[in-house]
Amino acid sequence: MTMSQTKETLTAAGAAEFESAVSARNISKNYGEVEALRDMSLEFPRGQLTSLLGPSGCGKTTLLKIIAGLLEPSSGEIEVNGKRVTGPGPDRAFVFQDFALLPWATVLRNVAFGLEMRGVAASEREARAEKYIKEVGLAGFENSYPHELSGGMRQRVGLARALAVDAQVLLMDEPFSAVDEQTRRKFQEDLLQLVQNENKTFIFVTHSIEEAVYVSDQIAILLPRPSRVSEIIRPSSFRNKGVDNIRRDPEYLDIVDEIWASLRSYVE
Amino acid sequence: MPNRALFLKLLSAAILFGAWEVAGRIPVSFAFPTFLESMRALFAMTLDGTIFTAYAETLKPLAIGVAISAVLGIAIGLWVGLSNTFDWLFSPIFIVMQAAPLAALIPLLVLAYGIGLTSKVLVVCIMAMPVIVLNTSGAVRNTPESFKEMGRSFLASETSIILRIIIPAASPVIFAGLRLGISAGFIGAILSELKITPTGVGDIITYSRSIADYPSMYAAIFSIILLAVLFLNLLEKIEVTLFKGNQRDYVSN
Ligand SMILES: Nc1ncnc2c1ncn2[C@@H]1O[C@H](COP(=O)(O)OP(=O)(O)O)[C@@H](O)[C@H]1O
Ligand SMILES: [Mg+2]
Repeated sequence: MTMSQTKETLTAAGAAEFESAVSARNISKNYGEVEALRDMSLEFPRGQLTSLLGPSGCGKTTLLKIIAGLLEPSSGEIEVNGKRVTGPGPDRAFVFQDFALLPWATVLRNVAFGLEMRGVAASEREARAEKYIKEVGLAGFENSYPHELSGGMRQRVGLARALAVDAQVLLMDEPFSAVDEQTRRKFQEDLLQLVQNENKTFIFVTHSIEEAVYVSDQIAILLPRPSRVSEIIRPSSFRNKGVDNIRRDPEYLDIVDEIWASLRSYVE
Repeated sequence: MPNRALFLKLLSAAILFGAWEVAGRIPVSFAFPTFLESMRALFAMTLDGTIFTAYAETLKPLAIGVAISAVLGIAIGLWVGLSNTFDWLFSPIFIVMQAAPLAALIPLLVLAYGIGLTSKVLVVCIMAMPVIVLNTSGAVRNTPESFKEMGRSFLASETSIILRIIIPAASPVIFAGLRLGISAGFIGAILSELKITPTGVGDIITYSRSIADYPSMYAAIFSIILLAVLFLNLLEKIEVTLFKGNQRDYVSN
């Protein structure tokens, strides 16, 4: 990527520079009287991580669930790999804010849940689940129950479950908001690794400016009332400087400041 | 740890029986025998076999009624919990059933079904079923939305969501309903024998009271409570083996 500019509005020219894995087109969503999203359009480049950043209540979860096919938009459409979304599909996997692990099932069964629902035979799905449990660093906890794990470990289970079904698009709704700060930083580093190693498209919801700037290839800033994409930011220069240097990078700090400047008027 | 739990159970039983013995010796009432007298009577009834013939009679309506209540109660509860229409249609019936004074209904049942097994089974069902239905439907309706959403997003079918998510999630409350329902069923079985026709254990209670053989009367009452406690413990074992991780909820972060 040769672009050194840190900020650009979403124009047709900007959108054409990459291939979209997911497109949101003119999405509106009303919950009765409440207008959660109005005419929102956004492109999600393949193989990259896009963050949805904005104050709470601005419709981030709503948009993510519409992309997941868990909610119907009031109007507009979502396309994943050029195919219109009508419901949940094998091309998308979800990581939930509250983990949504089944408390009566072991880590192994939780991670294998998606495969089980897809009808994968027991021996094969266990082998695959074990592989991903190892990959998220939970080897040895296969037969533990969720209540025996810390918050951070539970979210690793949630992540392994999503990875195990090998979907091209990973939808993550504030996955690190319920874990402590140290764990969170480790998660963010691991996430960067994951984006690099797995050839997947990540859509990542967060309300943390630092987190968004740290992990994202593209940040969509959402503003409430009426909900809309106010700007798209594509950090570029500090991505390959190594995880330890990012937080000290001048561009990183500039972007954080810039985003805060545009969001501060919406925070009381 | 399990030994400690067992020890506490035995201790609380010892305290209870001790208090009973003391109360019987004071005595609080001439009609209240001591614990040891009652146990002696129970032993005698066991030796001459009266207690077994009595239970052969009492267990019939109890077992049939509890089985019907458990199977039908859970089935109706699931149905009511999953469908708004059936909730609207059935819930009021079971709420009324739970609140209705059973003693007032028994004459009606006898009028309609006679004094035989049918009426007694119905009494057991009326006692046992409502709480099973209401607990099951409530638990099903309260399945966390995020579990169901998780299921849908990982492509679970409607049936899988019911079998793999809703029922296991509801199981602690369903089992609590079963425990309450089965205890009530035991009461129903004895009540039907006291109020409809004296048979089985109810007959021992009625007869020994009429001849002022209070130790035998209390022995019979004690035996039914003992049976109920044993049965509920068995149910707990079943629950623990079926749904291991449900025992404790999430610890906090
Ligand atoms: N099920 C619902 N019913 C009614 N209003 C809802 C519902 N879900 C979300 N909302 C409203 O829609 C808006 C956006 O919610 P959400 O997408 O959860 O925001 P975010 O994830 O950005 O915090 C909020 O004002 C919220 O109150
Ligand atoms: Mg949200």
